[in-house]
Amino acid sequence: MTTLEFSHVTKRYKIRGAGELLALDDVSFTLTSGRTIALVGQSGSGKSTIAKILTQLEHATSGDILLDGKQIPHRGSALRRYRQQVRMVFQDPFASLNPYHTIRHHVERPLRLDKVVPKDEVDAEVARLLEHVRLDPDIAERRPHELSGGQRQRVAIARALASRPSLLIADEPVSMLDVSIRLGVLNLLADLQRENNLGVLYITHDLATARHFSDEIMVLHHGVVVERGPSDDVILDPQHPYTRSLRDASPNPEIHFSGTGPAAAPSRS
Amino acid sequence: MNTDPLLTVSNFSVVYDVDPPVEAVSDVSFTLNRGEILGLAGESGCGKTSLAYGVQRLLKPPAVIPQGSAIFHDESGTDVDMNALSEEEMRRFRWDKASMVFQGAMSSLNPVTKIGKQLADVFTTHRPGMSRAERTRECGDLLDLVGVGRDRLKSYPHELSGGMRQRVMIAMALALKPQLMIMDEPTTALDVLVQREILQQISELRTQFGFSVVFITHDLPLLLEISDRIAIMLQGEIVELDTAANIYHHAQHEYTRKLLGSFPSLTGERGGFVYGRSDDTVAAGAVTGGATS
Repeated sequence: MTTLEFSHVTKRYKIRGAGELLALDDVSFTLTSGRTIALVGQSGSGKSTIAKILTQLEHATSGDILLDGKQIPHRGSALRRYRQQVRMVFQDPFASLNPYHTIRHHVERPLRLDKVVPKDEVDAEVARLLEHVRLDPDIAERRPHELSGGQRQRVAIARALASRPSLLIADEPVSMLDVSIRLGVLNLLADLQRENNLGVLYITHDLATARHFSDEIMVLHHGVVVERGPSDDVILDPQHPYTRSLRDASPNPEIHFSGTGPAAAPSRS
Repeated sequence: MNTDPLLTVSNFSVVYDVDPPVEAVSDVSFTLNRGEILGLAGESGCGKTSLAYGVQRLLKPPAVIPQGSAIFHDESGTDVDMNALSEEEMRRFRWDKASMVFQGAMSSLNPVTKIGKQLADVFTTHRPGMSRAERTRECGDLLDLVGVGRDRLKSYPHELSGGMRQRVMIAMALALKPQLMIMDEPTTALDVLVQREILQQISELRTQFGFSVVFITHDLPLLLEISDRIAIMLQGEIVELDTAANIYHHAQHEYTRKLLGSFPSLTGERGGFVYGRSDDTVAAGAVTGGATS
């Protein structure tokens, strides 16, 4: 059981000539293995800043980040070991894979760098990981441009799982994918989460999938967590006006056709 | 609802003449009514953008249109066969009668030219008699209309947010008060709050000016809310075309149900999908079960 605690974290970005931007204001939450938390909010609310701080691509201005009760390291080999534990899947599978390298190279690199398995088992492990994300292992010799968006995102997930992390941060993992395959990739993430007992932070602006795939939802607005709770409570009975406005802005044919909806797009009679 | 037709598309095909040839749109027919919002949905590669571009004659070789016609029924009462127009006639027709909001509007604006200048280009081209002062006033009015505000005439695209740039694109498409606007994924890159504002604006503008909209997106829940009728495309064909309510409650085609079943429901039963709360719950259960497994 791994626990990652984000405790009273504040992040300020310096903007040249314009002082500071408060990107995160006293944000706290706990990510534990086996649970999925969705982080929702509109563009610029600070969602990706949280992901960057969790992976230490950015440093918090103040506050503590504790892995199993210990301060997470900021540099050196200790940071590398930390990053084996906490992995990230990025939004754009077209930009997160190197077009010059084969799929094998992408999946194999973390295995070799982190010495996850002995050298003579690397090939077998690459095949196992690709199968794990429901891809044909023969795909290993291909390059990213030969794959569809959904296949690429599966490769990115296989790469993230290579170092056997206990926590996974998925930053808008399906927003660049076609609707017809989004559900497939999200279902895969949900299956992998159960199989590997992963803790998942699912960052999204899509409330419907947030509710569908998460135990808990956290709503971020201007760097402040304005509401959090079990997914159903947050979506079905939002307490904060911002959560309500987010929910009411999301397309929802159910409410629309029942005629009791919020001021949905006016329809001509 | 008004059933006065604005655009009649018959037996329309688009083929990409490569080896082997790809039939992106095959034998599509539909009618768009005046003042109607018609949603066009389908997954990537189903031919929805090819159809829209084909109707506007915006496709370049190797794309060819081997058959079909698109007849535009002008307000004046004359019918225009868009395929029979000469290059020059088509150039004048486009934007004046039928305009387009392109996919990825964020990158459709010229980054090194002020948006006022880009809007004014429409008038210099299509209304050559207009004075500079009139142009500036018109452009200002357009920016006011879409909620960006005329004080942004001298802004560069990068100084505006994504939503504002999208509004500028809509202003540009509205400039000549066209009767038809084709919108290709106009809100896909925007977050839900901005998306809602823009959709509301499109709806209001439509009521105000009475134009028709072909709204292309793969976001079916969104289409169900804003469209009068929805066409579902699959592999170049329209497999189902019906009112939004009928598509939602009584989807006929298996593919339509599958598409609806790929959107988790926002406020429905936990674990449920958009398709599922209709009269035939038995069929819905089967589809939902299939999608989750």
